[in-house]
Amino acid sequence: MIKTFDVVIVGAGGAGLRAAVEIPKEYSCAVISKVYPPRSHTGTAQGGVCAALGNMEDDSWENHAFDTVKGSDYLGDQDSIEVMCRDAIRAIIELEHMGMPFSRNEKGQIAQRKFGGHTKPADPNDPYSNRLPVMRSCYSADRTGHVMLHTLFENSIKNQVTFFSEYFATDLLIENGVCKGVVAMDIATSELTVFQAKSVLFATGGNGRIFRITSNAHVGTGDGMALVYRAGLPLEDMEFYQFHPTGLWKLGILVSEAARGEGGILKNSSGERFMERYAPTVKDLAPRDMVSRAIITEIREGRGIRGSDGTDYVYLDVSHLGKELIDEKLPEITGFARTYLGVEPTKEPIPIQPTAHYAMGGIPTNADCEVLMNEMGETVKGLYAAGECACVSVHGANRLGTNSLLDLVVFGRRGGKAIAEFLKHADFQPVDESAADNSRRIIDAVMNSTGGEKIAALRTELQNSMMELCGVFRNEEGLKKMIEILGGLRERSRSVSIQDKGKVFNTELLGALELQNMLDNAEATVFGAYARNESRGAHTREDHPKRDDVNWMKHTFAFRKNSSYPELKYKPVVVTRYQPMERKY
Amino acid sequence: MDVQLKILRYNPEKDTEPYFQDFTVRGVSDDWRLLDVLQEIKWKMDGTLTYRFSCAHGICGSDGMKINGRNRLACSLLLKDLNTNKPITVEPLPSLPIIKDLVVDMSSFYDKYEVVKPYLINNTPPPPNGERLQSNEDAEKLFESAKCILCACCTTSCPSTWTNENYLGPAAMLKAYRFIYDTRDEAGNERMDILDTPDGIWRCHTIFNCIEACPKEINITWHLSQLKKKISSREI
Repeated sequence: MIKTFDVVIVGAGGAGLRAAVEIPKEYSCAVISKVYPPRSHTGTAQGGVCAALGNMEDDSWENHAFDTVKGSDYLGDQDSIEVMCRDAIRAIIELEHMGMPFSRNEKGQIAQRKFGGHTKPADPNDPYSNRLPVMRSCYSADRTGHVMLHTLFENSIKNQVTFFSEYFATDLLIENGVCKGVVAMDIATSELTVFQAKSVLFATGGNGRIFRITSNAHVGTGDGMALVYRAGLPLEDMEFYQFHPTGLWKLGILVSEAARGEGGILKNSSGERFMERYAPTVKDLAPRDMVSRAIITEIREGRGIRGSDGTDYVYLDVSHLGKELIDEKLPEITGFARTYLGVEPTKEPIPIQPTAHYAMGGIPTNADCEVLMNEMGETVKGLYAAGECACVSVHGANRLGTNSLLDLVVFGRRGGKAIAEFLKHADFQPVDESAADNSRRIIDAVMNSTGGEKIAALRTELQNSMMELCGVFRNEEGLKKMIEILGGLRERSRSVSIQDKGKVFNTELLGALELQNMLDNAEATVFGAYARNESRGAHTREDHPKRDDVNWMKHTFAFRKNSSYPELKYKPVVVTRYQPMERKY
Repeated sequence: MDVQLKILRYNPEKDTEPYFQDFTVRGVSDDWRLLDVLQEIKWKMDGTLTYRFSCAHGICGSDGMKINGRNRLACSLLLKDLNTNKPITVEPLPSLPIIKDLVVDMSSFYDKYEVVKPYLINNTPPPPNGERLQSNEDAEKLFESAKCILCACCTTSCPSTWTNENYLGPAAMLKAYRFIYDTRDEAGNERMDILDTPDGIWRCHTIFNCIEACPKEINITWHLSQLKKKISSREI
């Protein structure tokens, strides 16, 4: 079956829906999503979305941009960061006008609170004076992502967007550097549809499921990144993967930084507020990469608490904040602690551990969301990407909290605008039914396989080894081992067989296809990490503990090759107004 | 410990009728989510078992199902909160057509959601450089209704839904509340007209099943009662 649309958006989280809302009515627009839009992972974001509104205290977009550059450990492209932080103020006001419910300050404006790595100079006349935490995160209790996702879904309904919910994208159609559409499988029937389109935007989210402990939903299998990678296009900076410091112990469920923004503190086994040693000025509100390293270091040096299953954790204590504040501002996350760990946060500290959270890397784009086909910056005509699956790069080596929701709405809109402009003089490229052949071959191979390898066994081995060998701390030996493991898993994945031979809602088939995507994501991540002989942001090499600005102020571009090794190329970082400095907090 | 389940199975490609299948899952512990138990079955015992799931912590609303007779999210329910001395019964959400096993067809649920115009309507231009102002008190009046994750646990738990397929149901009407009570919205009357019908708010018979079913602990019946009061007291 062939369906034809001017625009096809793959993914119905914040970025995809924001882009869809931006497409003018005269163009036909379809949104394909492997889950119903309100199930998208954007909904789990909690603590807020940053913009220098200055509703609580003086602030400026320049402060926000400086923090984002420094937070990125100077790997973020400063031109794109400027675009995002300048536009943030308009973007948040726009969300409010769209109907997003926000918590409010005394004047009835959008309320803001502190968040990790967001600061302003103590002396407003001296940008290089000591920087102190600033209230910049706009929030709706601790359900900011949920209400943002719902607001954007509501506005898509208002704009009469056509949804193909529970459709799984299986192929990206590109010929001679021009995008022709995508192929997707209707999960309810296993039928393949060729979506012919003048333009395609990927907003497929992250890949946290390649790690054992993750805050990511089960949908986070890096599908869009894998499709792009398999189409011969590069993935950028995949080695930079953020571990959020405070995941619920064992489960990895996110406990928002808002808990620390509101005054929560981290404690080790002796009750010491250990962040004072690692970040004397901002303490518990240091950026995520630093706090995650601090927690693992505390645990390694024997100051963690040993849990019933033999794994270790530290404490996040909010009990001193009082029940009233907790119930008003942190209801959801304290509910998780009660439900899943049986802990009462108003009385006792919450056991937490770092959890795989966010891919800074992804599909390389420019600031108009056009996908790059190489490190020279040439673009693929008609192909766009936005949100976590994309790498603009505004997050560099480490994303600041709240900048992900901001990224979705700023670049989702920019992608939509760029597409609207492109459509003024774009044509359909010819496609026929045979465009689905490649997908059909892959699906048939899984359906007919008698190989005996099990999806869950391979997936668990991938997740365990990635966590151990390519997690918060990495070294050459471990990464070498991970490369070998990955090669073995890749080989065995060809013999995966499934029990469900039906066509109706075959989620086992879906699991097999997602496993392939996860392996592709892991490959680009591990090889990028192996090659990068330095420590920067979330990529920490124990054997190369220093940042190396002479050799590594550059983005990794990983191209999939038919051999088991991707080809790595590099693109220089864009530096405008902020020269790299030592990163202290 | 071991746990026993009775799961309703239905594969339209093979079965003429749904039937219960028994499973015994070994080596579980009481801090497992029911979703973890289903995953254990799917990935180690029977790959054909079919259900929806995603975030696994009660935010995305995918895994609503009927567990021991009550609509719940499988990811928000731990074994220790269930009686594991006897088999746990797991069925799809009632009153919606079954696609396969625990997966139901949600289209009528979303169609009803769209009926109440689930988006802010305000034709007065907003301030050029700032947000529309709203007191925190007014904002917080919306928060409970805005917590809804559209899991359909409430609507499919309601006897009025079972007996009348045209009934809008609690989830759609809760969404209407979220906008009618938003000080920024100007289409309250339009929405109240939609609710003020025999298949709208008046088919809510205050049975309270929706409250018991809601995994986000929203007092849905209270919200619908407020709507009833507001609608019956408005000037026509």
